[in-house]
Amino acid sequence: MAAQAKIPTPPPQKQRRYGMVIDLDRCTGCGACMTACAVENNVPSGPPEADERKGINLMRVFTVRERNSRRTAFIPILCMQCGDRTPCETVCPQQAVEVDPLTGIVEQMPQRCLGCRYCMAACPYQARTFNWWDPAWPAGMETTLNPGVAPRMRGVVEKCDLCHSRLHAAEDRAAAEGRRDLNPGEYVPACVEACPTQAIVFGDLADKASEVSRLAAQPESFRWLERLGTGPKVYYRTRRRWVRDLARQGGAAPNQEVTRG
Amino acid sequence: MADMAVSRFPEPAVLDKGWIPRGVSRCSTAQFLGWLSPWVALLLLGLYAGWMCLRDGLYHTNMDHRFVFGLWIFLDLAIIALGAGAFFSGFLFYILRWHEMGAVIRSAVVLGFLCYSGAVVVLMVDVGQPLRAWFTFWHPNTHSMLAEVTFCITCYLIVLSIEYLPLVLKNRKLSQIPSFLVFEFQLHKVMPVLAGVGTFLSFFHQGSLGGLFGVMYGRPFAYREGFGIWPATFFLFILSAIAAGPAFLMLTTWLTEKISGHRLVRGSVYRLMARTSGVLLTAYVFFKCVDTVIWLNSTSQQAGFRPWEFYAWAPFGSWVLFLEIVVLGLLPALILLRASEEGPRRWLLCGAALACAGIVVNRLVFTIQTLALPTLPFDEFRTYLPNWVEVATFLGVVAYAVIVYSLSFRYLTLFPQEKELARATARGPQQEEIHVSGR
Repeated sequence: MAAQAKIPTPPPQKQRRYGMVIDLDRCTGCGACMTACAVENNVPSGPPEADERKGINLMRVFTVRERNSRRTAFIPILCMQCGDRTPCETVCPQQAVEVDPLTGIVEQMPQRCLGCRYCMAACPYQARTFNWWDPAWPAGMETTLNPGVAPRMRGVVEKCDLCHSRLHAAEDRAAAEGRRDLNPGEYVPACVEACPTQAIVFGDLADKASEVSRLAAQPESFRWLERLGTGPKVYYRTRRRWVRDLARQGGAAPNQEVTRG
Repeated sequence: MADMAVSRFPEPAVLDKGWIPRGVSRCSTAQFLGWLSPWVALLLLGLYAGWMCLRDGLYHTNMDHRFVFGLWIFLDLAIIALGAGAFFSGFLFYILRWHEMGAVIRSAVVLGFLCYSGAVVVLMVDVGQPLRAWFTFWHPNTHSMLAEVTFCITCYLIVLSIEYLPLVLKNRKLSQIPSFLVFEFQLHKVMPVLAGVGTFLSFFHQGSLGGLFGVMYGRPFAYREGFGIWPATFFLFILSAIAAGPAFLMLTTWLTEKISGHRLVRGSVYRLMARTSGVLLTAYVFFKCVDTVIWLNSTSQQAGFRPWEFYAWAPFGSWVLFLEIVVLGLLPALILLRASEEGPRRWLLCGAALACAGIVVNRLVFTIQTLALPTLPFDEFRTYLPNWVEVATFLGVVAYAVIVYSLSFRYLTLFPQEKELARATARGPQQEEIHVSGR
């Protein structure tokens, strides 16, 4: 038998930990990130009764006002991509949630989801949403859907996956050029791209030289509910002390004034 | 059921007499159908409401992204805990050989079967994609308490069905078929094994139902530390379920006696169940107090939450904790222990009702209060009320349970002492015991 040619083993891909830093001092609460997210991920608008409690919002912007003061902060909340003890991953009975070991992205597989919503109960950020209705778009609007993202069916849970389809597209482009690793800035989620004040910085937290790593390490940066030990990869930063004090607080104080964006 | 007219009206027509066990009297067929008809109507309403959810989606309910568990999950947890009387009575009767429990074991099996099958039916409506339920067996996440619950409840429902089958085959008409009789006899021989398997499975899923909440470290109100992989709620749910199981059995037996107008079990059986429930409830209250102290002073503080912060939101004030531990925990435990020794029967039943209510409140706290409380410091407290679709679906399950239990009571021998007690009553009132039911 002729000796078979050995297929060279490709070098291992670089381990990444995608995350972001959101500058609350820059956020104006305009909601462009929410809109871009919905458009990118084929989120249907839903029927008129799909209010804030039942409508699909992979990203929400809270408006928080300090009591007895005019000071206001806008706080975008999305899946925090918990990396240490991911609450939704451990509870899912049928492994529909997975943390990608290569990217650190917490992925939801709607085609395997039972719709039991245990993951939603377990998520401290309430960053997961359930499809209460069949997805539907006004006639003709189907042509505007993003072909890279499959619409989710009724009865399953979904959440932000940092625009995973964009990651796939970037990796395909890199592969076409013979590269295995992505260059910084090649893969950016839709919300980051849409923010008019550039309040969101996205990148690889495992890369110590990256801008996102530098910002995350600054003293003004913090994470919500850090003491729960879930290791979120979404950081926030602000120079306003009262906002940082909120993060040190456990649950909401009953007299905290809150409105939703 | 509805046998009260038996002694008051002259010779009502019992058209299905051939199916009714020998030596017991039942109401006329017309009365029985009259008793069933409102329940059938309720069942049809429940089926319609459930079908709406299956056909159109769960948007018909009042659940939302925050209250992802609502009335259905809360009551599922409650009826599974109350249905624990089935496995625990089987454990006492077949494994520990408490022969007096034989008076209620058959009723306990039927109640357990109804509680579990009803809970599974509601769960099938509650999940978004019920046709994917088998995925849990195909892609199980062995770290998930819900996967453990699914496995154990499915297996235990099969065990309960096998335990229920011999009761059906013992029916007066069906037992005339020789092969049924042989099959029933063979099934009866494996009952102790099934009771053992049922006990093992039930211990695990009752515990895992508590573990569902106890492992949620993202929800400091529900999260508990524990032993190994099991949080404290794992053990507390087992203990509370086996304490409430006999209490629920007492209540249902008494209710059946009241509605049918027949004495069904001796007073000593009531006292035994009350004593068992009282001792277990006392142990539960003790461990619940220990757990609460550790949780308030250590676990929740480690997560960054101040003690009593959880109780700052109306209507879930600290009174809920007091109600759960003292009014519906310690008080019924004392009543049951005291009344099991001496005292009127109404105190036994009062203690049993309070014990069952305590377990229901405990399950309400873990499902609804956990979700109502905000975790993010700028999020808001929210409230939830079920709408008619949720209520009707659950009432449909209650109606299903009443209908099947009524049919079982009429055509099967659920209470072996009924015949003997009927003869004793006919002989004279001097045979009456102080605590027995009946009139």
